[in-house]
Amino acid sequence: MFEYAPAPESRDIVDIRPSYGLFINGEWVDSLGDARDKTINPASEEVLAEFAHANEADVDRAVAAARKAYDSVWGRLPGRERAKYLFRIARVVQERARELAVLESLDNGKPIRESRDVDLPLVAAHFFYYAGWADKLEHAGLGPAPRPLGVAAQVIPWNFPLLMLAWKIAPALACGNTVVLKPAETTPLTALAFAEICRQADLPPGVVNIVTGAGDTGQALVNHPDVDKVAFTGSTEVGRLIARSVAGSRKRVTLELGGKAANIVFEDAALDQAVEGVVNGIFFNQGHVCCAGSRLLVQESIEAELLAALKRRLSTLRMGDPLDKNTDIGAINSAAQLAKIRELSEAGEREGAERWSPSCPIPEKGFWFPPTLFTGVAQSHRIAREEIFGPVLSVLTFRTPAEAVEKANNTPYGLSAGVWTEKGSRILWMADRLRAGVVWANTFNRFDPASPFGGYKESGYGREGGRHGLEAYLDVRPM
Amino acid sequence: MTSSFTDVAASNATLRAFLHGLPGVDRVGADQRAAMLGTRSIKTTAKARAIDLAISMVDLTTLEGADTPGKVRAMCAKAVHPDPGDPSVPKVAAVCVYPDLVGRAVEALGASGVRVASVATGFPSGRTSLEVKVRDTELAVAAGADEIDMVIDRGAFLSGDYRKVFDEIVAVKAACARDAASGKGDAHLKVILETGELATYDNVRRASWLAMIAGADFIKTSTGKVSPAATLPVTLVMLEAVRDFRDRAGRMVGVKPAGGIRTTKDAVKYLVLVNETAGEDWLTPEWFRLGASSLLNDLLMQREKLATGRYSGPDYVTLD
Repeated sequence: MFEYAPAPESRDIVDIRPSYGLFINGEWVDSLGDARDKTINPASEEVLAEFAHANEADVDRAVAAARKAYDSVWGRLPGRERAKYLFRIARVVQERARELAVLESLDNGKPIRESRDVDLPLVAAHFFYYAGWADKLEHAGLGPAPRPLGVAAQVIPWNFPLLMLAWKIAPALACGNTVVLKPAETTPLTALAFAEICRQADLPPGVVNIVTGAGDTGQALVNHPDVDKVAFTGSTEVGRLIARSVAGSRKRVTLELGGKAANIVFEDAALDQAVEGVVNGIFFNQGHVCCAGSRLLVQESIEAELLAALKRRLSTLRMGDPLDKNTDIGAINSAAQLAKIRELSEAGEREGAERWSPSCPIPEKGFWFPPTLFTGVAQSHRIAREEIFGPVLSVLTFRTPAEAVEKANNTPYGLSAGVWTEKGSRILWMADRLRAGVVWANTFNRFDPASPFGGYKESGYGREGGRHGLEAYLDVRPM
Repeated sequence: MTSSFTDVAASNATLRAFLHGLPGVDRVGADQRAAMLGTRSIKTTAKARAIDLAISMVDLTTLEGADTPGKVRAMCAKAVHPDPGDPSVPKVAAVCVYPDLVGRAVEALGASGVRVASVATGFPSGRTSLEVKVRDTELAVAAGADEIDMVIDRGAFLSGDYRKVFDEIVAVKAACARDAASGKGDAHLKVILETGELATYDNVRRASWLAMIAGADFIKTSTGKVSPAATLPVTLVMLEAVRDFRDRAGRMVGVKPAGGIRTTKDAVKYLVLVNETAGEDWLTPEWFRLGASSLLNDLLMQREKLATGRYSGPDYVTLD
């Protein structure tokens, strides 16, 4: 038999400090309170580091630093100067890509293959892309003299810690804003490493501030009166709270929330590639993807064939050590998330859907959930309606293109969708009718800094990425 | 011909309907999948096992107009003892020569167990009459060839004359039969699709099925005379075809990428592809071959490096 030997990436290349403070005004400072949190490696439950849990006074300091930097330096800097800093950050990210990839996999549990081959190249690409825009804002088609908004409060999730940071920070800085960013409490390490990168790039103090903490920290940041713009990526539930809290204020908001995307496979699709796309759609990053294709809509005429192919393919997925280059599926990010995935999967069984997982060994320590398939799912099942945010795929069927559109749109969400067919005209017909921010054709989970991303309905509002992503950080009313 | 496909082969129209009814292949997706499998990391013990497996799958090949009995004899010696200094190195699967040199190869290999493959049927273009192809095959079989590598008529395939391609494969397969009294079984038929000339992955999948329905024991990517020769994505598509064919017809068909596979790294990528596409049933010389001439030396050098920790160099492995 042909077995792969373990080929783990070395963790010696990352330097994790036992304890971290807050990054405010270009300096590491201690929190004014004494609350501390710990971040653990979800694959082993080992404590990686301790970090500060910022309170309101800390947030106030960070916002003040950002305001000062905005007023005195960054808001006045010509675009070509801002571009220099962003290009510098992009290059440092590239130089330190291997180290950052390992750090991300340690803290988040995602396979090194994904952090190394997907996350980090995209992080660098976002900084390069928006660096290119910094001196061309008046040519972005958003008005003749767009101006920065001021101080941006940014709260990001744990599924793509560094990539979401790049999505937020790169356009904000390119447009001349300063930022206070709060990473998720389970994955603060790459944001803290990014603070070092800002220093390495000689970014003026206060332009980027990183405050760590949990929900209360994020709340203090979002509610801070001196914040001009709020950008949030995370759950719909928290998104609602934020929308409520900033309603009536002058703050601009963009929200990128949950999803329950349909991946629609027609009978004429390239079957083997469709199977790959379905696998990539839901099992990429253990399903911790807001635009994950968590509902497979398959045309009834090929259901049996596709399911057989899918099960065979799932049996080849390799789950285990995230640092091993041969690993396809890593660890679930936290015990709480694992509990949520379990709860929803059990609900699926109770409601009568049929559950299937390939037999794969599950490591003793850490948080793990095998790739899971539910067949016989109905639109009314919870597993077809609620976002699971884990490696769980619900399979539904349809008979006609119109029915596929109806079922795909029959969700409170609308972030993404996938269409698999060899027929080009049908792709365009479907794309016109699907209520989703992104519609992928014969592919899934492809990202590019030049392409806008965002949702319909409960998946949020505003767009990130591309030229459209600039608008969220600019005041485009005529002077 | 596999019996369950009798109706499919009834006419060119039914063949066409069947082949065009197969699911398409999305080029971008197939390329991505092959590239991803190419990044699997194989090291230490896994690599040592992969190298030995790859050596045992090599069809050591010489297909030059300048081939001589002497050259074939030398190659046969190497096929049996790839590394004279290390008896633990497995022998290769087969040697592959032109039909007129089959007799020499059979003689040189004796009872070593290394098989003799021969490219009959008007190799490499195949642009000759069916009578000539059949006779070419018969002579090679009579001279003792264990395996016949035939080329398909790409012109007929591309013009949509699937039935002609089918009939030729059936006829050549019949010519591979050997008298039971000879003590040797029928020669195995490897059908070369020349994927570089078929241009699209859809065509590769259709040609694979056509060859399998017609009775091929192996499907092979290329003659090595056309560029591009074997590539990972094309081999992926063929492995998917043999996998699906076994599900439907209950018969296993082997796969042989040939041409352009020069390094151990390349060979290992192919093994990973087999492992994760068709499955480990195909990971034996009986069902998977690597058609190559220069690959063997790189495998030997890498093998020695793994064993000793030192990398020797081209002068430390034998030339032919």
